[in-house]
Amino acid sequence: MNRPLASDFPPMRLFLLLGEKREVALVAVLVALVLFTGSVRPAFLSTQTLKDVLLNVAIVSLLSAGMTGVMLMRHIDLSVSSTLGLSAYAVGALFVAHPHMPIMVAMGAGIAIGLAAGAINAAMVVFGNVPSLVATLSTLYIYRGADYAWVHGGQVNASNLPTRFAGLGTASLLGVPVLVLIAGAVLVAFSIYLGQFPGGREHYAVGSNPEAARLAGLRVGRRVAIGFVTSGAIAGLAGVLWLARFGTVDASTGTGLELQVVAAAVVGSVAITGGVGTILGATLGALILGVISISLVVLRVSPFWEQAIQGLLIVLAISSDAALARALARRLREKKRHG
Amino acid sequence: MHATPAPTRCDAHPAGDPAAAAPRLELRGARKSFGRVLALKRGELRLWPGEVHALLGENGAGKSTLVRILAGVHRPDTGQLLLDGQQCAFATPADAKRAGIAVIYQEPMLFHDLSVAENVFMGRQPTDRFGRIRFAEMEREVDELLGSLGVDLRSAQVVRGLSIADQQVIEIAKALSLNANVLVMDEPTAALSLTEVQRLFAIVQRLRERGAAILFITHRLEEVFALAQRITVMRDGETVFEAMTPEVDTDTLVARMVGRDLDTFYPKAQVSPGEVRLRVRGLTRGGVFSDVSFDVCAGEIVALAGLVGAGRSEVARAIFGIDRADAGEVSIAGRELRLGDPASAMAAGLGFVPEDRREQGLALELSVAHNTALTVLGRLSWHGWISRRSERRLAEDWGRRLRLKTSSVDLPAAFLSGGNQQKVVLAKWLATAPRVLIIDEPTRGVDVGAKAEIYRSISDLVVAGMAVLMISSELPEVLGMADRILVMHEGRLSAELPRAQADEQIIMAAALGRVASRESA
Repeated sequence: MNRPLASDFPPMRLFLLLGEKREVALVAVLVALVLFTGSVRPAFLSTQTLKDVLLNVAIVSLLSAGMTGVMLMRHIDLSVSSTLGLSAYAVGALFVAHPHMPIMVAMGAGIAIGLAAGAINAAMVVFGNVPSLVATLSTLYIYRGADYAWVHGGQVNASNLPTRFAGLGTASLLGVPVLVLIAGAVLVAFSIYLGQFPGGREHYAVGSNPEAARLAGLRVGRRVAIGFVTSGAIAGLAGVLWLARFGTVDASTGTGLELQVVAAAVVGSVAITGGVGTILGATLGALILGVISISLVVLRVSPFWEQAIQGLLIVLAISSDAALARALARRLREKKRHG
Repeated sequence: MHATPAPTRCDAHPAGDPAAAAPRLELRGARKSFGRVLALKRGELRLWPGEVHALLGENGAGKSTLVRILAGVHRPDTGQLLLDGQQCAFATPADAKRAGIAVIYQEPMLFHDLSVAENVFMGRQPTDRFGRIRFAEMEREVDELLGSLGVDLRSAQVVRGLSIADQQVIEIAKALSLNANVLVMDEPTAALSLTEVQRLFAIVQRLRERGAAILFITHRLEEVFALAQRITVMRDGETVFEAMTPEVDTDTLVARMVGRDLDTFYPKAQVSPGEVRLRVRGLTRGGVFSDVSFDVCAGEIVALAGLVGAGRSEVARAIFGIDRADAGEVSIAGRELRLGDPASAMAAGLGFVPEDRREQGLALELSVAHNTALTVLGRLSWHGWISRRSERRLAEDWGRRLRLKTSSVDLPAAFLSGGNQQKVVLAKWLATAPRVLIIDEPTRGVDVGAKAEIYRSISDLVVAGMAVLMISSELPEVLGMADRILVMHEGRLSAELPRAQADEQIIMAAALGRVASRESA
């Protein structure tokens, strides 16, 4: 049988390459978006826009990296936005009380709060066997509720913060905002960990087949706990960065962010069913959503459309993933048939 | 464990020599209960280096429990486990693995999203001084291993999409890279095609020559005689028989397994076929099968034989309408079906018992009664309200007819043995009173005793005038049950044989595409 395979034709081959390297497809979408907006409004193509996008996206992509670590294991962490809010306000309040606190201590405090929040999630999911959707949905409300109870209508303003701290959000190093550099460093480190270290690969193994992971002698519960604690710690750090960037925080800081984070991961081809996805993909997903949101402003589209478009993107991302999976399966079938 | 002292570490020894004084592995008087259910009454096993040892027994005989004890998944309540004459105990699967015991389950336990190499090395990857995985080294080693097993698989390949047979080979490679010298294979051939079985046998033979001890669990007696040097038979949670293979024959083994003689294994009644009930013409699905045409008459069993992957199940799924067909016609009792619409197929009198009862045939958490009634809810309900009583009555009625063994029809289907689960799936479809029934692998994973009962049920149905299309990979079953045999090869019908003219060689040749007694052009 010498009938040519579908995969012998160039367009099909490109399609299959996109299936194997989904990040390539995401970059293509991102470039297309930028070029389209730039062609309609040439002013869009400026370093200032780039800086704005990066600053806006840095915090969401940090959170979506933590989310990826969790989603890879078939779990989800909805509480990140509340953890971020709690950390941002707590660190702000610390600065009000101790204006001379070193920045490193502030970051440490934020991360510690995140660690604690993540540990509570981990305990519920691993020891309590509570499905993570339910566990983190409840802590989403609990952390936020605790925040409101504590803050009691109060607010931390930029004027309460030392200028050297606010510099994290405004200063640049070699033209790149410091905040973006910090987020980037965390993303790269976590990405290398997931890709190249045994512990990182365990995230994929656990999500791919939890039972097999157990039989391979992996400590699945410990790995899941590490995932939630990491996600919490990242959310805590993100809270500190949020405080540095916006200066003004109250009890409602970051509300609703968790769904943006999940959206970024899903658009970035991180499978909600576990086992598949990369930090690079999730970051690209966050970038795509961030560029769209700024493009809509530049194109003077009503901001009410933003959410609808985000939703559309999620549907597109998931259905194209499914279509690619089907195409790959078909190719494997053909391969088998034709030797 | 009460009878054994604190777990001693039992590390893997180099492969023992065949003249060793003690068995590589010995299990003495193992007993295990789960709650009030006694799963293993007295498990005994002696496994020598350099032998393939067949473990036989009906489903529910305690084989799985025994395997799980060897794997370190369960700890026996009482009893001793000895490795090379040394007593030891496994607290976790990792302990068993460290002692050189590898278990290959019926459904390979792999990470589908990861590469072959990562699967082999998960949890013990080689790392550099920064702690990063040395992928190149890992892949080279796995490629060498796969080469030594004589299989064409690449270590960098992702597992998703590989056949069950290839996945088993990966499990074997994993065991070898762990230096396992005891390999436990739990029904490895159940889902393999003939060529894949032969490849597996060659690998097992090679491992045996290297001095490994292999425990091979199967329901196919012909495999036992082809492969095993020694046989252990279990029944009702007890080891009842051990012998060298040349000392026994099929009848002895079957008698030991079921504790009684099987009079007629294939109770196929002679029925003269009536009118055409299922008519398939030119059924085609691009890249999967093409131009499939045949008839099945009332009172007739037609078998669809062929290798796994020849497209048999796919044809069945297309007839029933689960999968789309690109071209062709299907009619039931003269009425043409709308393709791709299972509801209308059911309404026309077509029933479909799928291949994988756990995934496709049963809702395991639901009770036997609910499962049985699933196909006929409309008939059992009154303005949307379902009558529990009529559900139960229906299930009890069919349970009686199919000799279903369950203490109550309210029990979740998951609690039943494989054979009884299959009967529930059958009952579910029989409840729709189909005129044509398609059964995909009717006895896969079903023990010998239950097999005979399922055959009898099918035979009864045909006597009552039903038309049956049976897909089967077991040739004795095809030859024993079918009136007519259709053979598929690479998506096409390659032969049609009446029962009287068929034997295993002819069917196998047609399945391999070597001979075609009737080209269906």
